Amino acid sequence: MQKSAPSVSLLAIYKLFFLVGMFSFGGGLTAWFHREIVLVRGWMTNDEFFSGYSLAQLLPGVNSTNMAVYIGQHVRGAAGSAVALAGLLSGPFFIVIAAAVAYNRLLELPGFAAVMSGVATVAVGMIFRLGMASMKGSVRHWPSLLVLVATFVAVGLLQWPLLPVLAVLAPLSIAAARLYGPPQKDKRQKDKA
Amino acid sequence: MSDHPLLALIIVIAPLSLVALGGASAIYAPLQHQAVDVYHWVTGREYLELFAIARVTPGPGSMLTTILGWRVAGLPGALVATLALYIPSCALCFVVGRFWNRYRGSRWHAVIENGLRPIGAGLMISGGVMILRVEEQGPLAWAMALAACALLTWRPLLHPMILIAGGAAVFVTLRTMIG
Repeated sequence: MQKSAPSVSLLAIYKLFFLVGMFSFGGGLTAWFHREIVLVRGWMTNDEFFSGYSLAQLLPGVNSTNMAVYIGQHVRGAAGSAVALAGLLSGPFFIVIAAAVAYNRLLELPGFAAVMSGVATVAVGMIFRLGMASMKGSVRHWPSLLVLVATFVAVGLLQWPLLPVLAVLAPLSIAAARLYGPPQKDKRQKDKA
Repeated sequence: MSDHPLLALIIVIAPLSLVALGGASAIYAPLQHQAVDVYHWVTGREYLELFAIARVTPGPGSMLTTILGWRVAGLPGALVATLALYIPSCALCFVVGRFWNRYRGSRWHAVIENGLRPIGAGLMISGGVMILRVEEQGPLAWAMALAACALLTWRPLLHPMILIAGGAAVFVTLRTMIG
């Protein structure tokens, strides 16, 4: 299958990841990546993005840095990965240190805590929206819907530890995908991407 | 235990990089144990402060390791702690990602991918719910999150900065009115 990677300069990768890194408060990083990389720039298809996201989540490490490595690799190989990761972390690196130094004064700022809460709730809204987009492509038959709901109930509602949940659901879900037939994603995703 | 602070940071943090399954939330408890009880780098209260700082600043929340490194050994400590946390997991992701893409289009790749994607979607939504829980802002936070989600459904390309500014404005206004 052809990869949908237009030629992109390393500087463009650095700039994008630096920008997203600097403004990613409260955990909306993946949603922001999706917007910039799939919707605005077209560096990846929807399908490639969510495929990478599933991988980034199952591998150890932080989702956002794993995603940066995956996207960078897709666009520009090893150099792309390194530049994406450096872009993502270089801004927050200095800000987090500055904030640690000025922490007590920050807390005294009126409205500081309220601003941060507001930012975090909006970030959650972005995550929900991306979750809905991801659902569309990932529910292809009833067992996959069942797996999605079971994952959410176990991890999101009951707060069970992730590892045993994955150990049970991942093999079941892959077996169901094997049984329930040929993936038709290529045709269906093209329309949406 | 190591007496050299930079070496100690690597010994404590690098293994956590590879056990952080499902994101950074898996590292906070073991890191706290090492930093507070074993190495006495910070007190328990200071550790919670570092956690809060990392959460309200941009970038991954796991950058609490960056400020932990800063506390232990200044700028070199911050750099070493950051690299120790992200390099091992990112290297693994790079290698597996390359392998993953090489077999894109094959039958078993499609089966595994189709099997994993509903789990990925379920985890994504769970992640959002967990953040709302930690925030402890109650129904208002839920309403705001759902409103942002609805806005994005209506206007998918709406710039996140507009949403973020709006969210902050609503919270500040309400907090001022309530007192």
